[in-house]
Amino acid sequence: MFIVRHRKLFFILTGMILAIAIGAIAILGLPLSIDFKGGSLVEVTYNTERPSLDTLHESIDQLALGEVSLRESGENGVVLRSRTLTPEEHNTVLATLSQDGAAMLTEQRFNSIGPSLGAELGIKALYALLAVIAAIMLYIAWAFRRVSRPVSSWVYGLIVVIILIHDVIIPAGFYAILAHFTGAEVDALFVVALLAILGYSVNDTIVIFDRVREHLHTNDEHRVVEDFEVTVGKSVTETLGRSINTSLTVVLALLALVFVGSSATVDFSWVLLVGVIAGTYSSILLAAPLLIPLSKKFVATTAVSKPKKK
Amino acid sequence: MSFRAGRILFAIVILILSGLLAWFVLSTNGEGNRFKVKLGLDLAGGTELVYRADTSGVTGDTQGALNSLRDVIDRRVNLFGVAEPLVQLEKSSAVAGAQEERLLVELPGVTDVKAAVDALGRTPVLEFKLRAPIALEINGTTTPYVPTGLTGRYLKSSELQFSSQSNGGTGNEPIVVLHFNDEGSKLFEKITSEHVGTPLAIFLDGEVISEPIIREAISGGTATISGNFTPVEGRDLVRNLNFGALPVPITLISSDSVGPSLGAEAFHAGLIASVVGFILVSLFMIIWYRLPGLIATAALVIYVLITVALIKFVPITLTASGIAGFILSIGLAVDANVLIFERMKEELRAGKGAQEAAKIGFGRAWPAIRDGHLTMIISAVILFWVGTSLVKGFALVFGFGVITSLFSAVFVSRIFLQAILPEHGGRLWRVLCSSGFNLGRVSNETKN
Repeated sequence: MFIVRHRKLFFILTGMILAIAIGAIAILGLPLSIDFKGGSLVEVTYNTERPSLDTLHESIDQLALGEVSLRESGENGVVLRSRTLTPEEHNTVLATLSQDGAAMLTEQRFNSIGPSLGAELGIKALYALLAVIAAIMLYIAWAFRRVSRPVSSWVYGLIVVIILIHDVIIPAGFYAILAHFTGAEVDALFVVALLAILGYSVNDTIVIFDRVREHLHTNDEHRVVEDFEVTVGKSVTETLGRSINTSLTVVLALLALVFVGSSATVDFSWVLLVGVIAGTYSSILLAAPLLIPLSKKFVATTAVSKPKKK
Repeated sequence: MSFRAGRILFAIVILILSGLLAWFVLSTNGEGNRFKVKLGLDLAGGTELVYRADTSGVTGDTQGALNSLRDVIDRRVNLFGVAEPLVQLEKSSAVAGAQEERLLVELPGVTDVKAAVDALGRTPVLEFKLRAPIALEINGTTTPYVPTGLTGRYLKSSELQFSSQSNGGTGNEPIVVLHFNDEGSKLFEKITSEHVGTPLAIFLDGEVISEPIIREAISGGTATISGNFTPVEGRDLVRNLNFGALPVPITLISSDSVGPSLGAEAFHAGLIASVVGFILVSLFMIIWYRLPGLIATAALVIYVLITVALIKFVPITLTASGIAGFILSIGLAVDANVLIFERMKEELRAGKGAQEAAKIGFGRAWPAIRDGHLTMIISAVILFWVGTSLVKGFALVFGFGVITSLFSAVFVSRIFLQAILPEHGGRLWRVLCSSGFNLGRVSNETKN
């Protein structure tokens, strides 16, 4: 009952975290990778000593490729980002990076994406996010269709949407901070992570709602009149252990991915990790407690017995 | 046969089947084995090229033109010498404005993008255009030429000949003779019969190489190009035309190449992370949930076996993001177990026997498990639909994983648990089935 009774405190607390995340996105921004805006990425590692970035910049700037960003990667690598390069320009860039053969290098990765393709992926990603949220809301409203008292099943769906938006903003805000310090960029994998979070984090919410659904059902059967707040509070307490433990197993798997996984999926794993944690606390601290103020706003018209106030 | 004996038998059958599955997974890793895990280019190293096919000039059978484009590129890829290449047609997403036809080329092991692009793209686009009496404006550029619809697509073969006085040349000049296919022959005859006296320009890669005047209708489907070739240029042109003039022009819009060492490193790290993730999750389950946790771990082993077997059998091309999806799914696969065991514990606390607690636990946890898994399947399906190859790899593994975990965590672990648990069981079984710091007391603690 603690959580439900002190729900205002937790609303403020989670609201503050949300505000920090939104602030991070607004101030630091989310830098788009070439996946979305088009361009080229060249990653090389030097077999001999890595030339300084200044030296490299000096010679690359003479190629007139527009704005070029150079970053060190790993122990002996350099990542170059620029506008979309033609295969010929790509070879010139490689020759320049090797200082015309003076510095031995191995090309690890070359990725080049036309601007139109990038824009297309961006639109697709946006549609996918909206489609997932809409599909989940419809499903929840349907799965809880028999539970219409004291709140309509659409309220459950509505809360899920609020929670989902929250669960996407928190990892996005985290990513804005991560990107600021490590130079990470928003790529296709970032979108994948967000979509996976959407699918997963709703699970914890469902577990709690399912318990509310069950209690309402048994109360009906035994003709027990119980304050809705009590029902919700009971449901949160009873499911607290499993909400935390189901997330814990996923967090353990993700920790393995973050710390020993491929460097290609490190940023991706961080987003998932933060998203899963945010998804867990939002289910416990926001989703179920939100049922109470919303139940007062959206009292189902079919309600036979209104929950009495204490 | 009692209920429990039946379950024990059932459990043994599952164990035997799992053993067979393990044998399949472990014995099919040899080089060249049909079921060896297929690695994506980001793990195996290689190059992926995406071309846009410009079909605006195609009149009539667009799909036919695209299919022959794919065949031509396929032939060139084979000439380039790549093991297990992939050449396939794709359409751009329906949600993103105008539809575009695309050609996707995957070249495992190739990292020299320029050489690959040259080998695939440096071949002529052959077109025949009529000179109009006045200059026209097409697509914003002024040109005196009108497309006839006759292109390299209709070419059957070409050969190099040397002119003699008899066929109109000045003698011993290289000329390229084109033989059209049936459709092309008809088209060529129609064009020449309708436009006698008009110059017919032959374009190669967008440039006029020859502009003979049509003197009479030409039937039989043979045309000659007498540009100012050297014999070497003539020979190259013929070879390129025969290897296949591109039926539609293509433009490179994206390329992605990964070096073999980077890919191998990603694969290796992914494997280690999978093992570490598996151990962490199993340890947690066993320490916290004791006997049921051990059973969940056994179910998790079966889960891993089924998923890996699916990846091999379908086959699903494994990418770095696919491995990430797999590791994530290991954490997810025991979720249903957690829900069930927590529920079981509640029933045990309420004083129910072990078997009955297990039965109620599975039944009561089911609605939440069903709803939760369905929402995950919904997002996996939508992820797949968004799908670049990278995203699809993740979505497939994630989606298959969620479905498989329903089977392993709900069905398999129920059979195992019912096979092991006694009908009632004393204190020892309660301790074994409890979790966390609880030592199995039947408590009537208030639930609020």
